[in-house]
Amino acid sequence: MTAMLSLSDVTLIHGDGEDTVTALDKVNMEVEAGELVAVVGPSGAGKSSLLAVCGALISPTSGTIRLNDLDLSAQSPRRLTAIRRERIGFVFQSGNLIPSLTSLDQVRLPLTFGKVANPRDPRELLAEVGMSHKADRRPHQLSGGERQRVGIARALVTRPQVLLVDEPTAALDRQRSQDVVALLAREAHEHGVATVMVTHDHEVLHHCDRVLEMIDGRLLPAESNASV
Amino acid sequence: MFLAIRELTFARGRFALMGVVVALIAILTVLLSGLSVGLVNDGVSGLKRLPVTSLAFQHEVAKDSAFSRSVVETSAVDTWATQDGVAEAAPLGNTLANGRTNEGIEVDLALFGVEVGSFLDPAVAEGQRLAGEGEVVISSTAAELGISVGDTIELEPAGTPLKVVGILGEQHTFGHVDIGYLPLRSWQEVKAGVRAGDAAPERIYNEITAVAVRAADGADVDLAAGDKDAGTTSMTLEQSFGASPGYTAETSTLQLIQVFLYAISALVVGAFFTVLTVQRKQEIAVIRALGASTRYLLRDSLLQSVVLLVLSAGVGVAIGVAAGAAISATPMPFVLEAAPIAVATALLLILGVVGATVAVLRITRVDPLTALGGNR
Ligand SMILES: Nc1ncnc2c1ncn2[C@@H]1O[C@H](COP(=O)(O)OP(=O)(O)OP(=O)(O)O)[C@@H](O)[C@H]1O
Ligand SMILES: [Mg+2]
Repeated sequence: MTAMLSLSDVTLIHGDGEDTVTALDKVNMEVEAGELVAVVGPSGAGKSSLLAVCGALISPTSGTIRLNDLDLSAQSPRRLTAIRRERIGFVFQSGNLIPSLTSLDQVRLPLTFGKVANPRDPRELLAEVGMSHKADRRPHQLSGGERQRVGIARALVTRPQVLLVDEPTAALDRQRSQDVVALLAREAHEHGVATVMVTHDHEVLHHCDRVLEMIDGRLLPAESNASV
Repeated sequence: MFLAIRELTFARGRFALMGVVVALIAILTVLLSGLSVGLVNDGVSGLKRLPVTSLAFQHEVAKDSAFSRSVVETSAVDTWATQDGVAEAAPLGNTLANGRTNEGIEVDLALFGVEVGSFLDPAVAEGQRLAGEGEVVISSTAAELGISVGDTIELEPAGTPLKVVGILGEQHTFGHVDIGYLPLRSWQEVKAGVRAGDAAPERIYNEITAVAVRAADGADVDLAAGDKDAGTTSMTLEQSFGASPGYTAETSTLQLIQVFLYAISALVVGAFFTVLTVQRKQEIAVIRALGASTRYLLRDSLLQSVVLLVLSAGVGVAIGVAAGAAISATPMPFVLEAAPIAVATALLLILGVVGATVAVLRITRVDPLTALGGNR
C-alpha cells in the first residue's frame, strides 16, 4: 500500500544570502490514509514549516512531496491552489474562522471556491462535529473549542485526502482539548483522511496513531521522544 | 458574491459610513451639475436661442471679449449675405446697460440691437413684436422682476427711454443679465451715448457689433473665406459662448471643482477598501490557504465595492435631485437635466470602482502562508 502523503528528503531554507534558516532538514515522512500522526517539538523546530510544505503553501527548497502519487513540485501555482481546494484540508490554531460568516456558512465557504467532486453535506457535517445547534452563530459568539469544531468541519467538507492541523488545542482547556483531538482521530479513521497534527500538548497524544518529534528541522520517530 | 454579501450585512455599520460619504459626494455632484447647467443657461441662454449658426466679429478681435469690443461696418452684412451656403445675414448690436423703469424698478439689460423684421427680430409671448424706434422686447426673466408691457425703461446715463412692447417666451440672458431686444438704430444711439433728442453723427449708424449669419439647411459655410471677403473674424455660435462675459471663468471653475470631486471620491473609496483589505489580511490568507483563487477573491471584493457604490450613489442622486428640484424653484441659476446628471453619476461610479480596484489588488500580495502558525 502506498502512503497518501509522502515526503522524501524535503529541505526548506528560509531567506537567502548569508541570513538563512534551515526550517526543514531532509525530512522523510509517510502518512497512510486514515492515520493520525502527531508532530511535537520545541518552538522554532520547523513544525509549521512542515505543514506549509505538505499543504502546498510553500515549495520546498529540495526534495519531493507526493500526494497520493501526485508530485507537488511539478505543479503550477494555479494548479497548487486547485490541489489545496480539492485534496487538502487545513485546521488552524484558534480556528481562524471568517468573522462575518455563521458556522454553517464557514463550512459552506470552501464549496464556493470552485467545483468540488463529492462534497459532504455542510449541515450533516456540522451535526457530526456537534455544532448544529449553533449553525447560525458567528465566530465571536462561539467558545474556542466550538470554533475549532467548526474549523474542523470546514476542513473536511471537500472530503480532503490530507488534513493538516496546526496546534488545534493551543487556546483550549484540558477537557476541550481532549474532545477536539478525539474528534480529529474519529474523522481521520472513519473517513480515511491522512492527518498530520502539530501540537505542544502531550496529553492528547494517546489519540494519535503515531507521534513524531521535530528538532532543528529534523524529524525523528516517537521512540527517541519517549527516552528523553 | 457568497462572502461579499455576508460581509456587507455583517459589517453594515462600517459600510453604511462609507455609503454615506459616497452618497454625500453624489448629492454634491448632482447639485454641481445643476448649478453648472444653470450658470450656462444664465450666461448664454440668449445666445443659444439666437437662430444663428455663426457670428462675424471685428477682424482679430480679442476672442474672450468679442461681444464688448467688436465693431463691424454694416457693409459686412451684405458681403456675408452673398457667401455660399448662407441663408441669411443680419446686423447684431450688443451692449450692457443699466436702467430704471417708470415704476422705479432697477434693471440691468443686455441690449441686443436687431433690424426690425430681420430673422433676429424675436417673436414674443406677450405684447407686440418690435415695430419702431424706442421700443424694447424683454426676456421673461426680466418680466419676473415686475416689469410689464407698457412700462418705460430709462437707460443710464444718457436717459434714453425705451418702451416695453413685448415679453419673450423663455429665459433670454447673456452674461447673467436679462436681454432686451431693440431696433438697431435705437441700439446704435444708446451705444454711442446720444442723449434723447440730440442729433447723432451719421457714422454711428454704420457700426454694429457683429454680423449674425444663418447657414442654409445642411449647408457648410466656409467661414474663413467669408471672413476674408468681409474683413471679419467669425466664431460659430458655440464658440461665441466663450466670448460672453465670465462664461469661460465660471464653467472652468465648476469643471475644476467637479474634477476634484471625482478625484476625492476615487481616493476616499480607494482608502476605505485599502483599510478594509489590510484589516482582512489574516482572513484573506486563510481563504487562500483553503484553496480560493486570486480571481475568486478579487471578484468578490470588487462586487462588494460595486454594490456599495451603486446603492449609495443611487441614494445620493435621488436626494440630490429632490434637493435640486427645491433649488430650481428659487431664483438661483440652477437647472436639473438628466444627461449631465447621468454622466456625472457614471463618472462617479467608474472612478469609485477604479479606486476600489487599486485597493483590492492588495489581495494578490497576501501570502496564504500567514494563515499558519501563531497568528493574532
Ligand atoms: N517566512 C519565514 N522567513 C524566515 N524564517 C522563517 C520563516 N518562517 C519560519 N521561519 C524560521 O524557520 C524556523 C521554523 O519555523 P516554524 O514556524 O516552522 O517553527 P515551529 O516549529 O512551527 O515553531 P512554533 O512551535 O513556535 O510554532 C524558525 O527558526 C523560524 O524562525
Ligand atoms: Mg508553528
